[in-house]
Amino acid sequence: MSQVWARVRGPQGQNLWFWVFVGPFLAGLMLFVLVPLGWSLWLSFFDAHNTVTPTRFVGLGNYRDMLTDPAFLDSLGTFSLFALFIVPTTFALSLGLAMLVEKALLGRGFFRSVFFLPTACSYVVAALVWKLSLFSGVRFGLVNTVLGWFGQDPVAWLSVTKPPWYWLVIVTLRLWLQAGFYMVLFLAGLSRIPRSVYEAAAVDGAGPGWQTFRWITFPLLRSTSVAVLVLLLINAYQSFDEFYNILSTTAGYPPYARPPLVYLYYVALGNGQDFGHGSAGAMILAVLIAVVTVGQARFLGLGRRSA
Amino acid sequence: MRRRTGPGRIATQVLLVLATLVFLLPFYLLLRNGLARETDITSPSWTFFPTHIQWGNVRELFDDPAVPFARSLLNSVVVSTLQTVGTLVVCSLAGYGLARIPYRHAGKVFWLILGTLMVPTAVTFVPTFVVVSSLGWVSTLRGLVVPLLFSGLTAFLFRQHFLEFPKELEEAARIDGLGYWRTYWRIVVPNSRAFFAAIGTITFIGAWNGFLWPLVIAQDSSAWTVQIALSTFLTAQTVNLHELFTAAAVSIAPLVVLFVALQRWIVQGVERTGIDD
Repeated sequence: MSQVWARVRGPQGQNLWFWVFVGPFLAGLMLFVLVPLGWSLWLSFFDAHNTVTPTRFVGLGNYRDMLTDPAFLDSLGTFSLFALFIVPTTFALSLGLAMLVEKALLGRGFFRSVFFLPTACSYVVAALVWKLSLFSGVRFGLVNTVLGWFGQDPVAWLSVTKPPWYWLVIVTLRLWLQAGFYMVLFLAGLSRIPRSVYEAAAVDGAGPGWQTFRWITFPLLRSTSVAVLVLLLINAYQSFDEFYNILSTTAGYPPYARPPLVYLYYVALGNGQDFGHGSAGAMILAVLIAVVTVGQARFLGLGRRSA
Repeated sequence: MRRRTGPGRIATQVLLVLATLVFLLPFYLLLRNGLARETDITSPSWTFFPTHIQWGNVRELFDDPAVPFARSLLNSVVVSTLQTVGTLVVCSLAGYGLARIPYRHAGKVFWLILGTLMVPTAVTFVPTFVVVSSLGWVSTLRGLVVPLLFSGLTAFLFRQHFLEFPKELEEAARIDGLGYWRTYWRIVVPNSRAFFAAIGTITFIGAWNGFLWPLVIAQDSSAWTVQIALSTFLTAQTVNLHELFTAAAVSIAPLVVLFVALQRWIVQGVERTGIDD
């Protein structure tokens, strides 16, 4: 008996100590991440309106419904369009800012702080400024005022769908809020490039500016760039706050601009409390994100030795 | 590389100043509208500076009985503090255990945690809501805080940090007869203060700005965090615009102060994590 106990405890009780340290975390992870995932998977095979202990098994019915639901498919389309706008623009802007800050004659620390500062702001507060001050649809918004100086009529930024001006509002908001964060990642990447590489390039006759950037800096930033792209795409999939706060009103939410998370929020936690379809949608989204992330990482060579 | 003060450099500097103005503009608008009269915000002839500065807006905000702003601000302070402290304790312990305590199945546990990093947190909000509501935690402090403490990413970062921690310090402590527990609290934690501060600040900012989870859980207005309060007024029909902007400005003030004061640590933390939103 005592021998069994000694084996359980391990030398110096290290097996027990391991569980003292890791146990609380693991228990929480089980309860709030793993159990919910399992539960969700289970719910996704049932008809579960207003209940989380359903009885009517529908098999893959919920999945079939979601995959043929035009609203859900539209939400995936909305996301794809959003990613198409936001991923390259954020990438370019944050890399551009990092290059500018790196090359600043003076005040590097100051500029870095200014561009990073929006990270402290929440999407809710930013949405407030964008919706009611910058891009306010009536004449008093800042952008409309500036347009007025050039003799342009005020634009109803959020209430017209042709052309979809609300995209400009949503994309610029996320750009402002996020670019500084990715800029810091790029700055970290830039600081890891040894100076000798630039000196050697100069000796070989590479002109400063574009040539050096194209043939030296950018290739050496490869691993940072890959990480930033993967992060940008994952984050774009999960966009919720700015869409919800800019477009939702007391009158409801316009169906034309629902990314997946907003749609699932309304399906599962809206009036219908449709947990079955909500869970199926969440599973589809999770698989999609995993596939796209792994695919993108493979394509870009994340995890390669050299990266 | 030589530093030249050619036209290229000057252009860089000019671009930086212009970008700075663009990046600071939203902060200025927040402040402007928060201290302006209602008529200044809605005036058809919009002016860059308000015609009159009203500091009384701040007092008015806290005095307004229709808006539970003070309560939601207090909730945010409590939630963010508890979430930060809780995350640091739970995740750092796990990270240390994984990094330093030899255990046969430690590898499997580590891969289980890494696996959860693949699961997008936002995708689990519906099932986690289901679990939390079946615990009866909807609209409670527990419901707002506890489910968010178990961040696989944070535990992973702590593990990486502790792997790099100088082993000699710990070995000296062990020779002095300290067990794992006391070695951890007396030697490892005090010597990792900067790392704790960096992760703590990032966690606090994330908690303060968190939106989706409080929106799901805080269904009763007594449990609203400041973000939910703002959002509710933002999507409501009738609200005093200046009051809304004042509230928003007040809500970001503590974070901006924290941010400016702890900048270096935050930047360090971000550089080290590479992932945080």
